[in-house]
Amino acid sequence: MSNAPTPPALSLASLSRRQALAGALGVGISVEFLGRKAFAAADGAMETRKLVVVICRGGMDGLSVSPPVGDPNYAALRGSIAIPGFDQPGGALRLDGTFGLHPALPSVHRLALKGEARIAPALASPDRARSHFEAQDVLENGATAAYGTDSGWLNRALQVMGPGKVKAISVGATAPLILRGGVEAASWSPGPGAGRDTRLPGILQDLYANDPMLSRALASGLATEAMAKVANADATAALTDAGDMPGATGPAGAPAPAMTAPAMNAPGAEMAGATNAGGPALQATLRQGLPAARKLGATLAGFMIQPGGPQVAAVSIDGFDTHANQGASQGQLATRLAYLDAALDGLAEGMGPAWKDTAVVVVTEFGRTARVNGTAGTDHGTASTALLLGGALKRGGIVGDWPTLAQGRLFEDRDTAPTIDMRGLFKGLLVAQFGVDRRALDTVVFPDSAAVAPAEGIIA
Amino acid sequence: MALDRNLAAAIAVTRFGLGAKPGEILVARDDPEAWLLAQVRPGVGADQPQPGAATSAERVQQFRDYQKEKQAAKAAGETFDPVKFARRLIIGDAGADFLARAKLAATTDADFRERWTLFWCNHFTVSAIKLQTATLVGPFEQEAIRPHVFGRFGDMLVASSSHPGMLLYLDQAQSVGPDTMAAAFLSRGGKQAGLNENLAREIMELHTVGVDAGYTQADVTEFARAMTGWSIGGLREGDDAGKFKFRPAAHEGGARTVMGKRYAQDGMDQALAVMKDLAASPHTANHIAVKLARHFVADDPPPALVAKLQHTYLGTGGDLGELAKTLVMAPEAWSPQPVKFKTPYEFVVSSWRAADIAPQTLPDIGQILNALGQKPFSAPSPKGWAEEAEVWCAPDAVIKRMAWAQDLAAKVLNGRDPGQLAQDALGARLTPLVAKAISRAETREEGLAILLMSPEFQRR
Repeated sequence: MSNAPTPPALSLASLSRRQALAGALGVGISVEFLGRKAFAAADGAMETRKLVVVICRGGMDGLSVSPPVGDPNYAALRGSIAIPGFDQPGGALRLDGTFGLHPALPSVHRLALKGEARIAPALASPDRARSHFEAQDVLENGATAAYGTDSGWLNRALQVMGPGKVKAISVGATAPLILRGGVEAASWSPGPGAGRDTRLPGILQDLYANDPMLSRALASGLATEAMAKVANADATAALTDAGDMPGATGPAGAPAPAMTAPAMNAPGAEMAGATNAGGPALQATLRQGLPAARKLGATLAGFMIQPGGPQVAAVSIDGFDTHANQGASQGQLATRLAYLDAALDGLAEGMGPAWKDTAVVVVTEFGRTARVNGTAGTDHGTASTALLLGGALKRGGIVGDWPTLAQGRLFEDRDTAPTIDMRGLFKGLLVAQFGVDRRALDTVVFPDSAAVAPAEGIIA
Repeated sequence: MALDRNLAAAIAVTRFGLGAKPGEILVARDDPEAWLLAQVRPGVGADQPQPGAATSAERVQQFRDYQKEKQAAKAAGETFDPVKFARRLIIGDAGADFLARAKLAATTDADFRERWTLFWCNHFTVSAIKLQTATLVGPFEQEAIRPHVFGRFGDMLVASSSHPGMLLYLDQAQSVGPDTMAAAFLSRGGKQAGLNENLAREIMELHTVGVDAGYTQADVTEFARAMTGWSIGGLREGDDAGKFKFRPAAHEGGARTVMGKRYAQDGMDQALAVMKDLAASPHTANHIAVKLARHFVADDPPPALVAKLQHTYLGTGGDLGELAKTLVMAPEAWSPQPVKFKTPYEFVVSSWRAADIAPQTLPDIGQILNALGQKPFSAPSPKGWAEEAEVWCAPDAVIKRMAWAQDLAAKVLNGRDPGQLAQDALGARLTPLVAKAISRAETREEGLAILLMSPEFQRR
C-alpha cells in the first residue's frame, strides 16, 4: 500500500458553478481536486493540455487497423482477412500511397484528413515474450520487463510533475495498472450515484481513518461523483449540438456498457446489463452499442474540460485477441474498431475548443502475426499500430519507419518488425504536453531507458 | 494455534470461508481448524450447484442447432433475430447456471470448500465473453473442475484441457496439424486449416509452469503440434457429438520436443505425456503455491507459506486435498490482520450470508457485479479475475459498493437488529469503532450499510 501524502483538499466554497452540484450530494466532507488550480502561472499553456491513453487489450492487429494495402506482400500474407485496397468495396480509407485505415474507423479518418490523426505502424514495447499478461504489464508499468514495478508509468509521470499538480482519471470499474501508484487517481464508470443516505459517506470517512486505501478511494469517488453530473450534462449537450446523436437527450447518468468490455458481438459479456429490465433492455444494449460508446467518450471529455478537472485519462477496451475468424472489412475485429471509433469521435466532439490542446494515443500490448493462421485469425505477434489523435498534433505522415512486409524483413519470419519503442512515443507526448523533465523520464517514469529518446515532431 | 479461539473461528469463516451466516462462527468455534479440515472431501470433490443440470454436450448441440436455424432462415430469406436467440441462450441457460452457483455460495455450510472450488474455477478460466462458450462455463465448472478439486492437479489439467468449453474458448477445437490429411481435405474444400497455438500457450503460461519457467516460442509451437487432434465430436458423429473427440487425421505426426524433452508418443498420448510432465514440474508447484497463498492470505504472500505449499505439492504429486490441509494448518494463514480486499463476488456473497438471504433472480446478482467490473462468468481474459486490492478498490467501485449496500439494507433488513447481525457476521473481528458507529446509526438500514461498508467487512 502506498503512503503518498493526501493532496490538500479544497473547501466547497471555492467552487463556482460546481458548488450547487457537489452540495446536492449532501456530502459533509471535503471534496478533492474540484476547482483546484493545477499549474502556477509560470507553467503557462500547460494548464490546459490534455493527454488520453487508450489501451486496446488482447493484441490489436495493426495490419488491420492501418492496413498497408500498398505494401506488395500485404494481400498474399493476409489471405482471407486482408482489407481490400483503396476504392474497392469495403476497402481501406486512404492515408497515403501505402497505408489506409480500417473502414470501421471513419471518424479517425476524418480527423486524419484534417491533420488531427496519425499512425505509428510499427510500434512495440521492449518486451518480446508474446504473452498478453507480460506484455500488458510492460506497456503499463513502463519497465523493461514484466513485474518490474507495481506502479504504472502514467502515475509516476504525475508524481514527477509534482504530486497533485496534474489530476488523472481512469474510465472503468477497475483500476488499470498504468494509473496505479503513489498519486491518487480518480476512476469513473457509468452507473447510479452514491445512494440516498447522505450521512453514510461522512460516517465511513471516519471509519476509514486508519485504512488509507479505502479512505482515499472513497474521497476521490465522491469528488468524481459530483463532477460526473456536470460531465454528463456537458456530454449530452455536446452531442446534441453536433446534431448526430439521436436519443442522446435521455436522462443524464443513463447506464452505458462498461468501456472495459464493449462485447458488441459477444452477448455473453452483456449478460448482467442485459437483465436490467428484461428483453427490451437487452435489445437496446446490443443495438445501442455505438451511441453508448460515443456518449462514454463525450462524458470523459466532459470531465476533462471542467476547470481543475483531470488533464490525464486512461481508458481500456478489451476483446482484440482475434485468434479465429477475425474478419476483414466486417466481422469480429471490425465491430471492436467501430466501438473504438465511436468512443474517439465522442471524445473529440465533447472536448470542443479544448481539442486543440489534446493528444490521444491508442496502443496495444503487441501486434499479431503477419500471416493469417489456420483458423482465419492471427496469433500473438510483435509490432502493431498506435493511433495518435488530437488538435495538438503536428500534421505529418507516419510516425517511425515502415519496415515493410518483405521476405526477410519480418521479425522472426513471423511478425511486423518494430521500428520504434513505445516508451519513446510516450516520452515525446509527456515532454510536449507537460514539459516533463528528460532525466525523470529516463530514470523514474521509464526506468533504465536513457537510450530511448523522446519522439519528436508529433505535437505542434 | 496460538490464536484466541473466538478470533480463530471468525477468521476461519470469513477468510477461508465465504463469510459468516448468523450462527456459523459459533459452530466453528469448537475447533476452527477441524471445522475447515472436515470440508476437504477427497474422492467426492466440490458441491454441485445444480445436480442433473444440462451437460456440455447438450449445450454444444444447442448452439449448433442455433447455427443451423440461422443458416436455414438466411437461405429461406427470412429474418433471423440473433438478439432474441442470444437472450434465450444467455439469460435462460448461462444465467440460470450462474444464479445456481451464487445461491450455493450464499447458503452452503461448507463455504471453505466452495471458496477452494472457486479458486480452481478461476485458475482454469473459461469465459462467457465468446457467444460460443457463453453457455459452457457452467457445465465446464461442473464437469471439469468440481469433481477434481481435492484430487490430483494433473487430472484436473487433463479434464480442463479436454473439455469442450476450454477447447472452444481457446480455439483448440479448430487447430489442425499443417501436414495432415485433415488439413489437405479442408484446404481442398476451400477452408483454412492449420495450427492454433492459443490453448497450448495458456496451458504453459497460466495453468502450469508459468511465464517465468524459461520456455520459448518454439516450445509453445511444439506443444501446440502435440495437441493437434484434441477436438469435439460433430453433429453427425453419434455418441461423440458435442463431446471431446481425438481426431487422428488432424494430429501432426512425429516426435515433438517441449522444454528440452523429446516426446515420441503417437496420437493423443503425446499431449497427455507433455501435460503429465508440466503438472509434475517444480515450476508448476511454485506457480500454484504462490497463487493459492495470494488468494487466501495476502496479495504479497508470506514466503514461508509459499514454501510449505510448494513442498506439499511436490511431495504428494499434486494432491489438492493435501494442499488444502497444508493451507489450513499453516500458522501464516491465520494472521489476525485482514489484508485481502474482497472481490465484488466475495463482497456480494458475504453480504447475503451476513443478512441470511440468497439471490432469487439473476438481476439480484448480475447488476451489481456488472457495475463493479466482474460480469457473471465473463472474466476478461484466460488469466481470470484479478486478485489484487488495487484493481478492485477503485474510487468508482467504492461508491458503487456503498450505493448497493444501502439498497440491500433497505430491502432485506425486515426489522432485524443490525448490531446483532454485525456480531454474527464478524464475531471477534468486529472492532469497537464500527460496533459503536452501528449503534449510533440513525436508522437500522443505515446500521446494516455501515456494517457492509466497514473496513473489516470489506477485507477478510
